[in-house]
Amino acid sequence: MVKEEQEESSNRPDNTAFTQQRLPAWQPILSASIVIPMFLLIGAAFIGVGVALFITSRDIQLQELDYTGDDSEHPCFKCRTNTEKCTCSMTFSIPTLFKGPVFFYYGLTNYFQNQRKYGASKDDNQLYGDLNYFTSPSTDCDPYTRDSKNMPIVPCGALANSMFNDTFTLSHTVNGVQKIVPLDGKGIAWWTDYNIKYRNPSITPLINAFNGTKKPTNWPKPIYELDTTDVYNNGFINQDFLVWMRRAALPDFRKLYRRITHDDYAAGLPAGNYTLTIAYNYPVHSFNGKKKVVLSNVSWMGGKNDFLGIAYIVVGSMCVVMSVVMLIVYARFKFAEDV
Amino acid sequence: MTVLTDIPEKWLPVVLPIKKKKKAGFGGGKSKKKRTEEERRVKANDREHNEKFQYANNCIVTSKYNILTFLPVNLFEQFQEVANTYFLFLLILQLIPQISSLSWFTTIVPLALVLSITAVKDATDDYFRHKSDNQVNNRQSQVLIRGSLQNEKWMNVKVGDIIKLENNQFVAADLLLLSSTEPHGLCYIETAELDGETNMKVRQSVSVTAELGDPNNLASFDGEVVCEPPNNKLDRFCGTLYWREKKYPLTNQNMLLRGCVLRNTEACYGLVIFAGPDTKLMQNSGRTKFKRTSIDRLMNTLVLWIFGFLVCMGVILAVGNAVWEREVGSLFQSYLPWDPPVDNFMFSAFLSFWSYIIILNTVVPISLYVSVEVIRLGHSYFINWDRQMFCSRCNTAAESRTTTLNEELGQVEYIFSDKTGTLTQNIMTFNKCSINGQTYGEVTDPLGKQPKRLDFTPFNPLANPDFCFYDEKLLESVKVGDLHTHEFFRLLSLCHTVMSEEKSEGELVYKAQSPDEGALVTAARNFGFVFRSRTPGTITTTEMGRTVTYSLLAILDFNNIRKRMSVIVRNPEGRICLYCKGADTVLLERLHPCNQELMSITSDHLNEYGADGLRTLALAYRELSEDEWEAWSESHRCADKATDCREDRLAAAYDKIEQDMKLLGATAIEDKLQEGVPETIALLSLANIKIWVLTGDKQETAVNIGYSCKMLTDDMTEVFIIGGHTVQSVRQELRSARERMMELSRGKTEGMEAWAEACFMGNGMKDGQEGDCTTGRGSKQLHCSSLPPSASGDMDSISGEFALIISGHSLAHALEADMEAEFVSTACACKAVICCRVTPLQKAQVVELIKKHKKAVTLAIGDGANDVSMIKSAHIGVGISGQEGIQAVLASDYSFAQFRFLQRLLLVHGRWSYLRMCRFLCYFFYKNFAFTMVHFWFGFFCGFSAQTVYDQFFITLYNIVYTSLPVLAMGVFDQDVPDHRSLEYPKLYEPGQLNLLFNKKEFFICITQGIYTSVVLFFVPYAVLSDATQSNGVPLADYQTFAVTTATALVIVVSVQIALDTGFWTVFNHMFVWGSVGSYFTIMFALHSQTLFRIFPNQFRFIGSAQNTLLQPVVWLTIALATAVCVVPVLAFRFLKLDLKPQLSDTVRHTQLVRQKRRKPGGRSIGGAWRGTGSVSEGRLGARGGSRRSGYAFSHQEGFGELITSGKNMRLSSLALANFASKHSSSWIETLRRKKTNHTPPSTSGECSPAPSNVSGTCPALSNSSSVLGGSQETPIEEETDAAVVLSSSSHPAASEPAEPRAPAQVAPVDSSTSAAARTDSPGGWARSLETVQEALFGRRGCASASNTQVPPCDATETPPH
Repeated sequence: MVKEEQEESSNRPDNTAFTQQRLPAWQPILSASIVIPMFLLIGAAFIGVGVALFITSRDIQLQELDYTGDDSEHPCFKCRTNTEKCTCSMTFSIPTLFKGPVFFYYGLTNYFQNQRKYGASKDDNQLYGDLNYFTSPSTDCDPYTRDSKNMPIVPCGALANSMFNDTFTLSHTVNGVQKIVPLDGKGIAWWTDYNIKYRNPSITPLINAFNGTKKPTNWPKPIYELDTTDVYNNGFINQDFLVWMRRAALPDFRKLYRRITHDDYAAGLPAGNYTLTIAYNYPVHSFNGKKKVVLSNVSWMGGKNDFLGIAYIVVGSMCVVMSVVMLIVYARFKFAEDV
Repeated sequence: MTVLTDIPEKWLPVVLPIKKKKKAGFGGGKSKKKRTEEERRVKANDREHNEKFQYANNCIVTSKYNILTFLPVNLFEQFQEVANTYFLFLLILQLIPQISSLSWFTTIVPLALVLSITAVKDATDDYFRHKSDNQVNNRQSQVLIRGSLQNEKWMNVKVGDIIKLENNQFVAADLLLLSSTEPHGLCYIETAELDGETNMKVRQSVSVTAELGDPNNLASFDGEVVCEPPNNKLDRFCGTLYWREKKYPLTNQNMLLRGCVLRNTEACYGLVIFAGPDTKLMQNSGRTKFKRTSIDRLMNTLVLWIFGFLVCMGVILAVGNAVWEREVGSLFQSYLPWDPPVDNFMFSAFLSFWSYIIILNTVVPISLYVSVEVIRLGHSYFINWDRQMFCSRCNTAAESRTTTLNEELGQVEYIFSDKTGTLTQNIMTFNKCSINGQTYGEVTDPLGKQPKRLDFTPFNPLANPDFCFYDEKLLESVKVGDLHTHEFFRLLSLCHTVMSEEKSEGELVYKAQSPDEGALVTAARNFGFVFRSRTPGTITTTEMGRTVTYSLLAILDFNNIRKRMSVIVRNPEGRICLYCKGADTVLLERLHPCNQELMSITSDHLNEYGADGLRTLALAYRELSEDEWEAWSESHRCADKATDCREDRLAAAYDKIEQDMKLLGATAIEDKLQEGVPETIALLSLANIKIWVLTGDKQETAVNIGYSCKMLTDDMTEVFIIGGHTVQSVRQELRSARERMMELSRGKTEGMEAWAEACFMGNGMKDGQEGDCTTGRGSKQLHCSSLPPSASGDMDSISGEFALIISGHSLAHALEADMEAEFVSTACACKAVICCRVTPLQKAQVVELIKKHKKAVTLAIGDGANDVSMIKSAHIGVGISGQEGIQAVLASDYSFAQFRFLQRLLLVHGRWSYLRMCRFLCYFFYKNFAFTMVHFWFGFFCGFSAQTVYDQFFITLYNIVYTSLPVLAMGVFDQDVPDHRSLEYPKLYEPGQLNLLFNKKEFFICITQGIYTSVVLFFVPYAVLSDATQSNGVPLADYQTFAVTTATALVIVVSVQIALDTGFWTVFNHMFVWGSVGSYFTIMFALHSQTLFRIFPNQFRFIGSAQNTLLQPVVWLTIALATAVCVVPVLAFRFLKLDLKPQLSDTVRHTQLVRQKRRKPGGRSIGGAWRGTGSVSEGRLGARGGSRRSGYAFSHQEGFGELITSGKNMRLSSLALANFASKHSSSWIETLRRKKTNHTPPSTSGECSPAPSNVSGTCPALSNSSSVLGGSQETPIEEETDAAVVLSSSSHPAASEPAEPRAPAQVAPVDSSTSAAARTDSPGGWARSLETVQEALFGRRGCASASNTQVPPCDATETPPH
């Protein structure tokens, strides 16, 4: 053998760890000394996190108001099938201070923003401010590409066309006087949406860019008039528009409407009675949808989320239980052998 | 996707003709004739004439493409794959806007990748095929063209050409022998490549052409041959030569077939009759089928199931869509009207079905096939690179010639092995001899240094320098002039049919018709009795330097019945002597009674030699008086002249004179086994692999080799020999064999019970009995007494060890449709099966038979062209490379130089491949189900609208980037136990045979796991995110956040899962696992970046999602939760399984790692329980029984004696040939011919089977009774000095192989023999009681009587009493 080793023969395969499959390797085994402590550790960690989450979540306040008006008693019942402008108002009371910052959401249920056709029905090039797509929008937008006179619609597509257009006013009854709670609509959309993904064409005034185009059929006013007060909140970069265009993953969703961060309400909504006035424009009755308004505050981990905490505690406890079971099994079947 | 392709017939010359012809039909129209060819007309030297018939030329094409046709043909082939077509279909579906739920690139990118990888592989394969085609087609041969010899390439040789062959050249095509340089147009060929027989064969040309001689005459030869069309019958040829208005019949005796090698003939000329694909060799090579592994088949089935599953899901979701559109969608139309073509929910459902088929297509992973290919390629390279399968002697490394079968190597259940060249080296060495009761050549000092090789040159200038002998005593004995020794070697130098050639003084070349005879004559030559030359009437030798010429009075030729040959010579002094050598069974009966004592000693020696697997011959002589000779000579002449029953009369005459001989001694010739053959066979059979030997050789030879490589042992219960010539007799023999088996195993079972009981009653030694009864039976059953008696006739419950030997003509009957089931059941109940005298086609038939009836994975191993058909029809074909001839290698799937590498190929590479492939598949299906099923769940929440959960780029890249490499790394590098462990514990091989690691059940488990994961991956984010908000109040439930969260969770979960599955973390695994996760984040951030969005706002819609999402703690909490919920149960399950139901591999792995960690030197005993059932013992495997297996085991043919005495084969022109009767000249070749067709007569089983008495109770049969090895692992190594053990390990140098890993295994035999010995020794009366019981039960004396002598039984039988 020694002689052969020395001999250099051309066909002899290389003697490397790789070719001889002797690469140094870490060979983990599920030994009890690793698995059981690991389970305990995971279990402890999960229970810890879970408890923390649960407590945090419990401290979050949430106020939910359904204003669909399905119930004939409901103040909004009259608006339910009304095609004309209709306003209704609801009152509610907050027993204790609703810690700020408070977020004002609107919610829809049974609303399929995640439908494939619905979600695809928009033209990102158009929304990116590309004028070429103003005149000839993508066919993805069908049937909201062109109106009956074959004029291109901007913004085209079902998603934009169905933009939520109820508006809300919240007033606080202080000593019997209605005091409007200021709502802040800035920065409610994603930063990237506002700054990058959506752009107005660089034409001033904005209205000129939309020459030869039509507003979406459902819209009362064109896109460049969504917010005439603030040029940076108009056109495609209107915050409400952006919020709507970020489609929800699930049929029951809520979207951020406003923040309550101003004036007296920066620290939260004081206890008391409040009136919510709704400009009821958006029909959901036809598809059995529901509309609601949600007031909520957040913690470090976001909004109210009981599930997460409970799930963590459950999983953590399961791990601990498993580790005990494994220890018993191990002691019964393996311990003697291993030692 | 080559998995599904018909890979063309592998490599070159052995192409399948059938298919080729079909192909050729298009191009050249060559084959048109072929279908109708009823006879072949070939005119010599007339190409124009022969061209009319468009016979195939000698060119062989196995390649599929050329540069121009590659792309279209390859693509066409690839799209014939169901899978590829399916993906093409998907691609087309995606182009329909109403259906398209995904961008076109999600399918085309992987498809293009897969197609191009496959194309590159096909191109490489074809390139090598071109190369090897060229190599064979460009071999040179000399063709006679217009009167002169010209060098032509093989491919240009045409039917009707006359070509010249020189000594040791391969025959290029099927030739009609026209003339040769030898007298009488004789030539010698070796047909080993064709039929595996290694002895030389004689061919003779038709006498009229033999006279033509030189090329000038041959050039004008214009005979026409009319013969049968191409066929595959090797031993038959029928045709007529028309020349000069005369007809000459042609037979196989006139033919040289492609694949033969010309030997001992300077040159010869032949007329090409069949060329290329028409040659008998090619016709015999059987159909090439594309080999597919069982995993492939399973995979295809599973893929079909998955398709079914896919359609089901599509239907469910389509129904969902219909319901949804009706109940909800129709109401939702104010916001989302139906697309123009959709006018009702039914049509919408129809479209949604196809959309879902597109989305869910990832359950049938497009990268599956290509990944499987890549993994197999990796495994193939590992085989090619394995230094432990490299043979330095012939400088050949192992080669994996296909890349599609690797994991099947881990599932082999049957091995079909050729003998010559595969098990044996086909080298005969004179190993030992016994002269006058004294044995020589025994290597007595096994622990000492290698004994010195004797140097003959100073003593004998004529000695052959290649001859090896190690025992100095014999040379001494020659030198001192011991009469017996001299007579012994004189006999060897005289009694043979070897021809010598002395080119220059002292440079002797022997032409022996069988290598054994050559070895004997060479031995005599080296010990000073040099055979120099012979004439028909004389033999000239140089005895101790003195030239002596004997006159040769008669050769009493060998035949199968006589099993001996004799010569009668008159020495110069005038004394007449008969020298005889032959099988001891026949010879010892013919000795003079006064030889009794010598006979018994020699007999013992013979037994010893036989037990070592040596081929023995007994030698005897007899002095004849002048009168005796005269009288006999007269009767002999009478017999010789007789016209009727000449055979019988001659035999009777021979019989008369071969009487009252004096025994000289015995020789033992080693038919050198390849290195490590017995060890390999033992190891493989411990791995539960059955080994069948299929050989073209004779029965005696085959049986002898069976013993020497320990396939047959003396401990076998019975060896059955099937040799019938008729259907009835074969059936009868099979039936009686079965009955006997049943009877014996029943008897034994009962016997065992009774015996055990008796022992228990007698001395209460329960432990002893148990250990011993398993030893004694040598069966793998541990619970010997609980075996149910097989009264029902169920062949599966046969216990005990049986062997079956069947000869070719019986096999022909046994393979007939009505008997094959019977044959299979009989043969499979046997531990060893040897088929001898089988034709190449029969080899393939046997393999096919097992494939058909046993559904087991078969492996065929061989080295010659005669093995090609078997190699091709077995699931896996292995060729022995490095020898002459590459036919087998070229037809094989794997090739290497030594039989013993088979253990590494199967137990290491095969096992690993299987393991890796199974783990790979499990994981692969898992990860795709986990990935895809999320869409299914999401369907219920998105109105069944075929909305994907993930970003389309994620869908595109998931299979090819994010998850491909870690699983590939696992599939290529994973190891559960290191290589030497799997050789130590052959039982580790069993899961593969039982198909445990990947089957339908495992598949369901892993897809269930996948579905579970998908549920978790969808519903955990669903539950968490639906109400969650970012810390700045923005809700998290938007689609893109959800998509990113789910995708990230998925990547992390499957990465953790692969981390759990990987058992062997090399650098690459780390790199790929971490790299994949890293690449996921990198690519995701890149895809969600501004840059790409600015260029294609329409495609990269996910801008900003990654950063927005992944900065949220809730998202990470969700991912962590999902991961934990997915992985924790798996982890717990695996841990519990490991503890409660550990597999052998787990245990071995555990002990291995524990040992590594503790570095405890004495850790050998860990896992001892497993060793007991699994580990193999090396070294001497069989106990030395007392069986005598000598036979005249020459691969010898009758008729050479006559050839010599006729002088026909002697070139000495000075010979007065006229002296010899003319009838000889016509009869010798007749005899040869007749003997060839006339097969060995049926032998009785008694001759070869060990007597039943050898069914021993106490002889430790190490080869199988592994159960004994368990207990005493701690036996000190010092005991290795026990002389009994090491003997054969030194005679087989394999033992000095990679020493380090085997070291523990080598201890085993020591343990067992010592423990067995101890057991026999210590309990008083144990042996006696054993014997008594045995006698009582079986009525015969077992080997237990040997153990009666109070010494370890092995030694007892070994040493003859002096």
